[in-house]
Amino acid sequence: MIPPKREFLQRTGIVAMLIACLSLTISGCQNGGGDEILIGHYGSLTGSQATFGISTDNGIKMAIEELNAAGGINGRKVKLVTYDDKGEAREASTAVTRLVTKDGVVAVIGEVASGLSLAAAPICQEGGVPMISPSSTNPKVTKVGDMIFRVCFIDPFQGKVCAKFAREHESLKASKAAIVTDQGSPYSVGLEEEFEKSFVALGGTVVSKQTYQAGDQDYSAQLTSIRAAEPDVIFVPGYYTEVASMILQARKLGMTQPFVGADGWDSAKLGEIAGDAINGCFYSNHYSQEDPSPKIQDFIAKYKAKHNEIPDALAALGHDSAMILFDAMKKAGSLEGAAIAVELAKTKDFDGITGKISIDAERNAVKPAVMLEMKNGAPKYVATIQPGE
Amino acid sequence: MTRGTSSVGTGVVAASAKSEAAEVAVKGNGWTGLIPIAIGILIALVLHFALPAPQRSYNTQILQIIGIVIVLAVSLNIVNGMTGQFSIGHAGFMAVGGYTAASITYYGSMLLWGSTTKHGGFLGSGDWLFLGSCLAGGLVAAIAGYVVGLPSLRLRGDYLAIVTLGFGEIIRVVLQQTGPLIEDVEALRSVGLKQLVPPPLGGSLGFSGIPKYTNLFWVYSILTITLVVAYRLKSSSAGRSMISVREDEIAAQAMGVNIARQKVTAFVVAAFFAGVAGGLFAHSTGTVSPKDAGFQQSFDYVIMTVLGGRGSISGVTLAAIFLTVLPELLRDFEQYRLIVYALLLIIMMLVRPQGLLGIHEVWEMFNRRRRKAETSGSDVSPAEVGP
Amino acid sequence: MSDFAQTLITAIAIGSLYALIALGYTMVYGILKFINFAHSDIVVLGAWGSYSLSVRILPALGYGLKEVPPVWVALMILLLAMIFCGAIGFTIERLAYRPLRRAPRLNVLITAIGVSLLLQNVGQLSFVFGASPQDMPPLLSDRALATFSFGEGESARQLVIGMVDVVIFATATSLMLIMQYLVFHTKLGVAMRAVSFNTDTAALMGIPVDRVVSFTFVLGSMLAAAAGFLIVMKYPSISQPAHTIWVLLGLKAFVAAVIGGIGNVRGAVLGGFVIAFVEQFGAFYVSSNYRDVYVFTLLILILLVKPSGLLGSTLREKV
Repeated sequence: MIPPKREFLQRTGIVAMLIACLSLTISGCQNGGGDEILIGHYGSLTGSQATFGISTDNGIKMAIEELNAAGGINGRKVKLVTYDDKGEAREASTAVTRLVTKDGVVAVIGEVASGLSLAAAPICQEGGVPMISPSSTNPKVTKVGDMIFRVCFIDPFQGKVCAKFAREHESLKASKAAIVTDQGSPYSVGLEEEFEKSFVALGGTVVSKQTYQAGDQDYSAQLTSIRAAEPDVIFVPGYYTEVASMILQARKLGMTQPFVGADGWDSAKLGEIAGDAINGCFYSNHYSQEDPSPKIQDFIAKYKAKHNEIPDALAALGHDSAMILFDAMKKAGSLEGAAIAVELAKTKDFDGITGKISIDAERNAVKPAVMLEMKNGAPKYVATIQPGE
Repeated sequence: MTRGTSSVGTGVVAASAKSEAAEVAVKGNGWTGLIPIAIGILIALVLHFALPAPQRSYNTQILQIIGIVIVLAVSLNIVNGMTGQFSIGHAGFMAVGGYTAASITYYGSMLLWGSTTKHGGFLGSGDWLFLGSCLAGGLVAAIAGYVVGLPSLRLRGDYLAIVTLGFGEIIRVVLQQTGPLIEDVEALRSVGLKQLVPPPLGGSLGFSGIPKYTNLFWVYSILTITLVVAYRLKSSSAGRSMISVREDEIAAQAMGVNIARQKVTAFVVAAFFAGVAGGLFAHSTGTVSPKDAGFQQSFDYVIMTVLGGRGSISGVTLAAIFLTVLPELLRDFEQYRLIVYALLLIIMMLVRPQGLLGIHEVWEMFNRRRRKAETSGSDVSPAEVGP
Repeated sequence: MSDFAQTLITAIAIGSLYALIALGYTMVYGILKFINFAHSDIVVLGAWGSYSLSVRILPALGYGLKEVPPVWVALMILLLAMIFCGAIGFTIERLAYRPLRRAPRLNVLITAIGVSLLLQNVGQLSFVFGASPQDMPPLLSDRALATFSFGEGESARQLVIGMVDVVIFATATSLMLIMQYLVFHTKLGVAMRAVSFNTDTAALMGIPVDRVVSFTFVLGSMLAAAAGFLIVMKYPSISQPAHTIWVLLGLKAFVAAVIGGIGNVRGAVLGGFVIAFVEQFGAFYVSSNYRDVYVFTLLILILLVKPSGLLGSTLREKV
């Protein structure tokens, strides 16, 4: 047994350590600068979804830098407060409560995942602080209240775009489709449902539906099943990490069908990992890197210089959410949540990196989607599909 | 074999102790036993009315979360600390309880009052529906605990960890397959049996829009009851049987303790409180999702039981408070949080495996020092229980 | 028919991987009687280590990151990864597990979880491996070694046996045969088995227990490294270190060890293949939704029916 003196020392030592930690951290607490405008961002900076949260954060930070360099909002600089929600709803809830009630932010940007946006939106709505989601696509998010907006298109639109493209595009003209869904992702599940609805409505049939879990590496079981069903096209509304592996494995199994996907595919790594296997596959996105518009090329160049990689759709969307927010804040003339919300709702044809964005009556973004084709490991522009087509 | 001295003495009584323990745990000695609970509820009332609502104040929300986390840590302590088993599936029971409670409140609200917004004021009918649904959540979780615990607790201890881990994962996958929520009251009233398979629990998006009934009053009242039950359990014969199981299974068995029964009882009780806490969490954030059943959520509570002292209720409580507040204060160093936790675990095991307080409660520390001053010379008190 | 064969081939390849990892679990359990939760993280280290090494060595030798280098490069990287992980395994055992040799098993279990968390999260730091998935440069040419065609015309299907699968199976089998020889036909193997049977008596008989334990750990870690290397050969998209997929992989391999009989070397290999078969055939013929569930259900069944595993023996615990 431990002699009593050592026991006492141990206990005192631990208690002292705890007190030291606490005092250190209390002294390190941050306070908002006097004249700065605080904007909050909550995202997954750690955990499995970290790449998405970090990309979005980078995009927002770049936008803030540009804004501050140009003088800020009516002379006042903007400061970003970012909290990590670790990909968990409870953490998102706590983080946003902190942003809204303690830090006193003027607006909140977040989140990428619809489930987390749903957890945080009621808090923003009640607190009278406008929330802009850069890329939550589930329709339920903006239905929470009139303070909740988004700058991306929603699942029904994107699903329809992909279905229509699969049916009508000259090199596809698909009548039988197989779908592979990430069953743990509401984004993927939502798109799958919308795609199936539209595809069947346009006269096609879905011959096989398979699922996987994010992070899965082996898709042979699913692919072998699909191979047996002989589809014309395979729709995979997942993230690029799994899609690349899946297509590689499909080619090895002798499957030559083209794959079609959505904006979750967008990443420089897609072509890197998949290589030639992905040639002739298509996906819908918010913008095309080839677009010669100086705005887009400028953004890509700056991002590349800062972070050493080509920005993905999430970074672009993060940037656009921030820019639309600043635009509304300037027009509103005050920093009142309700006033900013009114201006946000009035956004029309805002020239963002991800297209001309208008906010509709349901506070969703109305904007065109572009279809891209993978050629030699890079996405090439194919077509733009306007909303309402 | 001098370690199990206290357990040897009570082992004989252990067999008939279970029903007695249940009585003692709840009522104490007659009506005086209810006094601590009454005091706790009073404090909860004061907190509720004195502080701003959790939706409007970050500090209140943290206070609320601390309360729920203590319930979880203390209940896990019954399994991991007192009985010495190693369960990493607490999150699974939380999720089961959370989903059950959410379904009852959400769909119940729709059927009773036509909408899912909060109904009735403080202690109104809405509140009682909420309390009922949390209790139901606890019960369902307890049943799940029984189903999971009964086969696995008969085996050696290491296996329990794996089975509880697997259980959490199974729950997560199953919950992901559920169907979308029914949001329309008319649709709900006319729902057919076919639409209930798979059950409308939200699927991978999760169950959202749960009315936020959780408030400081409920949390701290339930916390009080949890603490009282845990403490009474620990001081009862059943509790001492559980501790004897932890100390030396074979000796306990030789003294007539039904090991499997004690383990399962501890497991079921812990699962019950985890389920109730899950319900509290669900009505606090307004959402519950399949990911909440994953084992990563369980780790936080395991660390609390290890840090606080396996078997010490006040120790675990202190650890729970510390480990909930610290990450909030250290948000800048978020990416190092888990590394610090990991190092903490390793160092604790190497240096002080019985946790901060071992099996003693905070107030016992002061008693012992006074006693030692009086009887100068006795080196180690017989109640000192090692790792 | 070809679907069945395809599933079979995948199951064999994946089974080899599970078997390799399960061997590590079972050896450590046999010797020290506890589940080394950190084992799956050594696999992760092997995988990411192979990536880091390749990304540095290939350019240094003059090969681009998309070319397939000669075989000896792959072998060298494999060896380096194994040495690296062996060293890490040795350090972990020395620092975290050895001081707890006499402690209750629960304590070591908790320490193992601590080590596992530590490895995962240190791995995710930006200056170590980072939090994004990366793409492994191909070290083996990905040819199809054999292609069989089934069926005619419309429903013609190909059964493809890839080079990578064959390499995985061959490497895993060679390593397992080496293990088999080591454990059953060498003096060191006798020492390992003696220590696992009764540590104190083995010590009394003059066996250097500490050294045998260290060696076992190093061996297990090297096997894990090999498994990690083979995994990134087959699945070039490496998930970040703290991703659930690695933990699930380790968990399934542990289940494989339990099913085969924990502590039993041959059982671990058998268990690995059993798990892989159940998983692949279940996912193909039943439903891919519940792929992870099949494995855990099997675990529960085995624990209920024959807890000592398929090849295990029931040891009565003596007082």
